Amino acid sequence: MPFAGYEMPLLYEGVIPEHRAVRGDAGVFDVSHMGELELEGPAAEGYLQARLSNDVSRLGDGEAQYTLLTNEGGGIIDDLIVYRLGRARYLLIVNAANRAGDFEWLASGAPRGCDVRDVSDGYALLAVQGPRSLERLGLAPRPAFSFEMGRIDSIEVLVSRTGYTGETGVELACMPDDAVALWDAILARGVVPCGLGARDTLRLEVCYPLHGNDIGPGWDAISSGLRFACALETEFTGVETLREVAARGPARRLVAFRMVEQAIPRQGMAIAGGGEVTSGSLSPMLGVGIGLGHVPVALSAPGSALTIDVRGRMRRGEVTVKPIYNPKEGRGRERVVP
Amino acid sequence: MAASESYPDDLLYHPAHDWARIEGDEAVLGVTWFGLDALGELVHFEPPAVGQALARDGSYGEVESVKAVSELIAPLSGSVLEVNAAAVEEPWRANEDPYGAGWLVRIAIADPAEVGLLLAPAAYRALLAEQ
Repeated sequence: MPFAGYEMPLLYEGVIPEHRAVRGDAGVFDVSHMGELELEGPAAEGYLQARLSNDVSRLGDGEAQYTLLTNEGGGIIDDLIVYRLGRARYLLIVNAANRAGDFEWLASGAPRGCDVRDVSDGYALLAVQGPRSLERLGLAPRPAFSFEMGRIDSIEVLVSRTGYTGETGVELACMPDDAVALWDAILARGVVPCGLGARDTLRLEVCYPLHGNDIGPGWDAISSGLRFACALETEFTGVETLREVAARGPARRLVAFRMVEQAIPRQGMAIAGGGEVTSGSLSPMLGVGIGLGHVPVALSAPGSALTIDVRGRMRRGEVTVKPIYNPKEGRGRERVVP
Repeated sequence: MAASESYPDDLLYHPAHDWARIEGDEAVLGVTWFGLDALGELVHFEPPAVGQALARDGSYGEVESVKAVSELIAPLSGSVLEVNAAAVEEPWRANEDPYGAGWLVRIAIADPAEVGLLLAPAAYRALLAEQ
């Protein structure tokens, strides 16, 4: 769209109403582009324990875990969710852009007794998120990060209590041939269809990092604020580096911030003092610019003043605690943007 | 609530999707329905300073939606007399009423001859039909 010559992406106008639907009721996202890898065999658990940052041995059948695929430097090859389907069978749901690289990394090092398969073409994935999502789907409340087989109408789905919005919700995996019928069944229950633009503003408000923007292979997991996903008492790729960083404290940190002055931070903008914005947008719930960024540790404490170069204009922001917006506390708070 | 598509007959247009309402030796400027529809709901308007000089076809400010930012292109040369403070405070007013409450700035026209270079409504609609 040649609007006034700017090259930034023009997305559709529904971001704010879609965002609001998820915070207030329920929305559905087609995230079928995400990758699915399966690891199976008697050596699968031990191999995953040696490759993933979190403690996979803590999972029982029907339980899932947020974890990281790390490199030798403790950098993040990908962030993903691992599902224990059975004692010797695991499903990894990974970022679409990293699907091939993750598969190669895992397949190339796999020991005997651990079969690694890319099964992405066998799954469609729909995320239904929002405070009324379970009620609208007729699903009983279940603990976060648990999953089970279920049915929506007559369609067989794997129902997982996971998501990327900070809201109560589920991700539904089904056979690709059933995806259209499942989508229609969800919409028939009054769930609002949402695009990936709203998914991005929702995850940013609750400070879930986006791989490729906020986290990546060049940034270690501790400095990236993902200490909670690192079981440093286990042995996995890069753990020694991560133990060192954890012991001496990181030199830089991924922080959340909100603007004090009117401006919208965007990815790539410089933060005075040697930082950089890695994700930025307007918070539809708070009505102010918000973002994530890497800053030197001296600027990383909540309350620290940041100065962001917004296309040549210096605008003030402030480091905040994560999440920037808390869905549980924020419910009913006055919205600023209509 | 976004407005429905319209291009009023009493305005003149610039191909970068800006409009001008000529009022004697002054003009009121804004963004057309088409431009706003492409951007989505505005969440930020970075206005020029009062007194700032505008050059025809040059940038005089920025508007942003959640995901996109766009420069505002001046359809006429002039100097800024007034900024619509309501549009700074509540930029989405432009989506609701692009040619009314959503005006952006009022300028003193520097060169009346430039008015003749703007597109009439029919010519602007023809331009949109090609896109």
